[in-house]
Amino acid sequence: MDNVGVLMLCPISSYLEQELNKRFKLLKFWPITSKTEFLKENSNYIRAVVGNSACGADSELIDSLPKLEIVSSYSVGVDKIDLVKCKERGIRVTNTPDVLTDDVADLAIGLAIATLRKICVSDGFVRNGLWKNRDFELTTKFSGKSVGIVGLGRIGSAIAKRAEAFGCSLSYHSRSQKLDINYKYYSNIINLATNCEILIVACSLTEESRHIINREVINALGPKGIIINVGRGAHVDELELVSALLEGRLGGAGLDVFENEPDVPEQLFGLENVVLVSHVGSDTVETCKAMADLVIENLEAYFMNKTLVTSVV
Amino acid sequence: MASPPNPQPIGSPDPNDNLPLVLVHRLPQFTTTFNHWLQPHFRILEPSDPSFSIRSKTVRALFCMGPTPVNSETLDQFPSVECVVGTSAGIDHIDLAECNRRRVMVTNAGDAFSEDVADYAVGLLIDVLRRVSAADRFVRGGLWAVNGEYPLGSKVGGKRIGIVGLGSIGSMVAKRLEPFGCIIAYNSRRKKLNVPFPYYSTVQDLATNSDALILCCSLTSETRHLINKDVMMALGKKGVVINVGRGALVDEKELVEFLVQGEIAGAGLDVFEDEPNVPKELFGLDNVVLSPHKAVTTPESIERLRKAIVGNLDAFFANKPLLSQVKFE
Repeated sequence: MDNVGVLMLCPISSYLEQELNKRFKLLKFWPITSKTEFLKENSNYIRAVVGNSACGADSELIDSLPKLEIVSSYSVGVDKIDLVKCKERGIRVTNTPDVLTDDVADLAIGLAIATLRKICVSDGFVRNGLWKNRDFELTTKFSGKSVGIVGLGRIGSAIAKRAEAFGCSLSYHSRSQKLDINYKYYSNIINLATNCEILIVACSLTEESRHIINREVINALGPKGIIINVGRGAHVDELELVSALLEGRLGGAGLDVFENEPDVPEQLFGLENVVLVSHVGSDTVETCKAMADLVIENLEAYFMNKTLVTSVV
Repeated sequence: MASPPNPQPIGSPDPNDNLPLVLVHRLPQFTTTFNHWLQPHFRILEPSDPSFSIRSKTVRALFCMGPTPVNSETLDQFPSVECVVGTSAGIDHIDLAECNRRRVMVTNAGDAFSEDVADYAVGLLIDVLRRVSAADRFVRGGLWAVNGEYPLGSKVGGKRIGIVGLGSIGSMVAKRLEPFGCIIAYNSRRKKLNVPFPYYSTVQDLATNSDALILCCSLTSETRHLINKDVMMALGKKGVVINVGRGALVDEKELVEFLVQGEIAGAGLDVFEDEPNVPKELFGLDNVVLSPHKAVTTPESIERLRKAIVGNLDAFFANKPLLSQVKFE
């Protein structure tokens, strides 16, 4: 398969590069300054693209790669890939579900506890020598709070399972009700927000779910509510989120994703009721290897005419 | 018509007052009081009270604001005390052996704090393994746009968690970590019946078989510096220590050395040997999360503490079983 050109769109891991190199002809897109030239010169033998949550095979790229047969994404979310175009052209698309479910769910809970119990803030309090002068303020309990999950897929269910062990009551909003699940279902996300204290976003990003967390939802959640986002930045109307936090209409937020990564609204930097992390949902040594292995497995399967392991299209 | 009696100055003995008497024992530097919790139900006695010298000899209940010490001197000073009511889960500041010798019952906060401490321990563990606080600093420092790359964390699932002390807090930590896919084992003074987790009779053995130790036990003469150089070596270079117990459970000097040298992978610490002093060498480390002894402090647990304190005192005065008596063992 070493004459198969695989175009890697952005830096992911040296392990993945190494493994791709062993099997295919790897081309790295991100260091190229004149990308159009490069594509013209190499498009004849690029048959696969590897992207991630930041970089995907969009319409323009697909158009410039006439020999493209498969897009293998190092992510579970495929919102950066033009799926419609891929379907039209018979281009296969694979992602990396399941292997990262636990890490993302763990982080969601970690963010919720860190936000409510101000773990990061109080770490700074100690490092800045403030403990010598006074005690830290009270912070509100996590156990037993009502949790509302937006999107009860693999990740949403894993989050719910963890939250249950803390005595949290669970409710959710999803495209459709899951009949074998005991948690309370809300067909209207405003009602979900009204009836929970911790709203966790774990759904996929589509046309419908873009800005699903808007001003109305934020107001319904209220000044004692917090939002945890481990989905995509675009799930949340970020401008509205920032103004709600600054005005005290929302109690707090734990955010792993942002609308325009790596840019994060600077007005959040001074707030003690937010936790901001750099899209690290699946960033563990163990999971990154598993994701890379799955990308490779899918590509190998394709080029050896076997069934794809985790295809989306 | 007789004139109404002069209003009594606050704290002075009112012969008509039938409320049971409780001595409030606190170090002078503690300006917060819990008197407002006690006064609706009890008559409080403080050193400022003019009848203190008399009443202190006959008062039967002592309310101890932690960590004000209660030792043999204290009990000599207040010879009629039969019950000491504490305000914390950890009561290493109360000489339990001496109380036991004098048949003085001691109560602590019972379960009031357990859930909050367990939550916090899990929060600290996730923070250390997934570098949450470090990432938060990274983002706020404006470094994400500049640096992009950020060191990977370590998966929580599949980690072997060694719980030191499987009491109320330890059990709740175990319950919370199970759905994360953690493998739980423990060490305690004695093996517990009906517990599904493997027991190790020494902390050393527990450490050898763990990726992270979570300290949830009480501080006694046996557990002082329980986590020492040997235990940390057994835990190993990838090991993590989470302490929500007492600072003195850990040989802090050794811990700092191990962290600075990279001989263990990280630590989440809510308690320290000499609070509020925290070893400065830790301030520059990204694999450590530091917390100012606040695992218990939520409004919810404070309210539960109030109920426990009033409940214990009520039970004592009614000759009923105490709610959260700590037995000397």
